[in-house]
Amino acid sequence: MNATVRVSVIALLCLAAAACAKKQEVKPPPPETTPPATTEGAPVAGAFTPADLQTNPCLRTREIYFDFDKSDIKPQFDQIVACHAKYLRDRPMARMTLEGNTDERGTAEYNLGLGERRGNAVASALEADGASADQIKVISYGKERPVCREHNEECWSKNRRVNIVYTTE
Amino acid sequence: MRNPKILLSLLLTALAALFATQAGAQGLTVQIVNGVPSAIPITVVPFGQEAAGPPPPVDIASVVSMALDRCGKFRTLPKDEIVESPTSGSQIRFPTWQQLKQDYIVVGRTADAGNGALRADFELWDVNKQQQLLGLSITGQGSDLRRIAHQIADQIYQKIIGVRGAFDTRIAYITMTGAGDSTQYALVVADSDGYNPQTVVRSHEPLLSPAWSPDGRESAYVSFASGDSAIYIQNVATGARRLVSARRGINGAPRFSPDGRKLAMSLSFQGNPEIYVMDMATGALTRITHNLSINTEPRWTPDGQNIIFTSDRSGKPQLYEIPATGGTPQRITFQGQYNADASISYDGTKIAMVQGNGNVYRIAVMDRSLGGQEMFLSPGNLDNSPSWAPNASMLLYAATEGPHGVLYAVSADGRVRQRLVLANGDVRSPAWGPYRQP
Repeated sequence: MNATVRVSVIALLCLAAAACAKKQEVKPPPPETTPPATTEGAPVAGAFTPADLQTNPCLRTREIYFDFDKSDIKPQFDQIVACHAKYLRDRPMARMTLEGNTDERGTAEYNLGLGERRGNAVASALEADGASADQIKVISYGKERPVCREHNEECWSKNRRVNIVYTTE
Repeated sequence: MRNPKILLSLLLTALAALFATQAGAQGLTVQIVNGVPSAIPITVVPFGQEAAGPPPPVDIASVVSMALDRCGKFRTLPKDEIVESPTSGSQIRFPTWQQLKQDYIVVGRTADAGNGALRADFELWDVNKQQQLLGLSITGQGSDLRRIAHQIADQIYQKIIGVRGAFDTRIAYITMTGAGDSTQYALVVADSDGYNPQTVVRSHEPLLSPAWSPDGRESAYVSFASGDSAIYIQNVATGARRLVSARRGINGAPRFSPDGRKLAMSLSFQGNPEIYVMDMATGALTRITHNLSINTEPRWTPDGQNIIFTSDRSGKPQLYEIPATGGTPQRITFQGQYNADASISYDGTKIAMVQGNGNVYRIAVMDRSLGGQEMFLSPGNLDNSPSWAPNASMLLYAATEGPHGVLYAVSADGRVRQRLVLANGDVRSPAWGPYRQP
């Protein structure tokens, strides 16, 4: 498991812990995954600040992954979209670029279209959560920027992603 | 040594060694992967020299031989079996070549033509009929003897096969070297056999989809150098370039019309990728497709009347054909789950494409003159970017081998395949250029 995926899994665990806290007792995370002291008690009350981009586990998650040839956002990423939408709502001057990417299968130009479709799907979800369209820019790199270069599904699943890149915090 | 299979493998080994030493570090290394024992036997005798002096730096006869072997239609006699060395028709002793089971023989000689030029006189003879088929002189720059050799090979090809040869052509491709932040992309133009590579443009961001102008002087391509995709047209010789489209969203898949006056592109500034045609003289843009799907990879039919493009309007990518002025698209591919990135042969009959089934992507060719019958030209698993030679005798495509991108040139019947490899990096997005102007 690479570092990026580990971070997002940790973030998901933290979110799940927060979301389900009322219903069940949640074991504390193992010591090596404990977030820095400043972020204890994960969900931030009030408005996000730029510092939260480095410390808030949800905001620190900047990748949304997709199924093959698909652009619908899977339910496990709803929380990620929601916290980034809240950040954009809280900080109207903030700007982000959504970089759409695909795995290596298929043609370069078709994959440009597919990467853009994924970027647009995330943009639409952010806007549905109250972000403003002019805060968001979508760029598709298609299959040109893989994070993993092996030819198997484990690798492909890491490349089928939208990267959230803040250009103004 | 009478076993033809042994002869052939020796020949190919010799060829591979020759390529390996001549191609150098910065260019592509060419390796022939397999050969065709049933191809036409032909001998190209080493050329003589009319005046004393150092021999030309390029062995013209061996470049002619390599070209003829490459296309899959010929099988040349290995150099060490060329037992006599005639340099003109009157010196040919036909029984010798009949005994070696040769159908054709090429003899020739070179002469200094002054001012750095070199003249090659050559003759093509039918061994069995003992009849001269060609007797020509080709003059060219002494600095580009490979080009003279390719022009000779083109003449031989046309005389015997009946179709214009495409050895004296160029190819364009994208290289990717380095890793991480030091990754560098380059658009490179080279001879059809990968020799004489020249970098047209470099970028630290991806370059995609080079396409030739019909006169071979310009290349249109996609660059991410500015951060977003943009389409440029660049003069291959001078490097002069102009920006064609940097609209919001995707600026992709440029292709010149056969008359060079229009450029088809896939642009998404109106929401999703649609096919547009730009008039090069006025810059006026006409939208051709109207469908909320991915519409990309426009390819002009040879008469310039229609455009074949990729669309996933039916769920998965398939090829569609639409009048170049707009209209109702017709789906033309029905075999395979995924069909994209068409390349249309000069006569419009053969449409090569990337065909995906499961996780296997191969180059398929649909023959419209045979009711849409399809054959595969590549083994997979991640093959793409098919590009026909201008005479459709061969096809270039990109493949992935381990971590690297390589190119293959394959004969139209799929029987001869050559690998073009970059020593330190990836090579992709090949585009076979038009016939060269003399």
